[in-house]
Amino acid sequence: MSLVFYILAALTVAGALAAVLLKNTVHCALALTAAFAGLALLFLSLDAQFAGFAQILVYIGAVAILVVFAILLTRDSETPKDTVYGPRPLIGLVAAAGIFAVLGWAVLRSAAALPHENASPAAAPNVTVMDIGNALMGRYVLPLEIVALLLTAALIGAVIVAMHEKEGAR
Amino acid sequence: MNPLTGYLLVAALLFSIGLAGALTRRNAILVLIGIELMLNAANLNLIAFWRYGPHPEALTGMMFAIFSIAVAAAEAAVGLGLVINIHRHAHTTNLDQMNRMKG
Repeated sequence: MSLVFYILAALTVAGALAAVLLKNTVHCALALTAAFAGLALLFLSLDAQFAGFAQILVYIGAVAILVVFAILLTRDSETPKDTVYGPRPLIGLVAAAGIFAVLGWAVLRSAAALPHENASPAAAPNVTVMDIGNALMGRYVLPLEIVALLLTAALIGAVIVAMHEKEGAR
Repeated sequence: MNPLTGYLLVAALLFSIGLAGALTRRNAILVLIGIELMLNAANLNLIAFWRYGPHPEALTGMMFAIFSIAVAAAEAAVGLGLVINIHRHAHTTNLDQMNRMKG
């Protein structure tokens, strides 16, 4: 494991923790952006350049901005002073910790069966954006069309759902 | 440590953090943030398996991750639109107070 991986993992996990734990929702959104950036860098460190830049464009460029807009549009004058957590947060924490324990146990137990055990980091796969484009237009063209339809439906749906419904003011 | 193991552990940790956030926070937007974190953890798993798997040139994991990013973007747009609409009707984003389906 390289130093770069540890730095990126620490950045990502710290951003995710801050996004979940902070009290101010705007700070949460900013921490979420940091976590997304860390994830994009992790993708880049895995030689997945296209996915890394798609992550930056989609998540940092669109989703984080959308979250900030939603937070600012729905921010009430009354911020919850007492607690930001729902009823019985302990159950949720225990469930999450239990799932992490099971996942970590499974990963560590199956480490011997994972590919490239004991091998030095495998050579970077020789995949260019051109290959990805060819695959998208060839083998994966049907999923691509379905995603295009889904995105169109989501766009129209989000606009209709969020549209003002005052009489005559449509 | 195997590099793949490290990435898988980071993804598991991210998933658990997102799950904890989605289960414990009371603000609807924060719950959506938790769900986004879980989706991203899954994406990290897909990319890591693509990178260290036997046939990276087949691009399967990469395609999964790209489509997953697109679907997550659609989910975020519709989810946040719903939150804004609910806030307009009920004047709250507190999930505990959203206890009726009638507008």
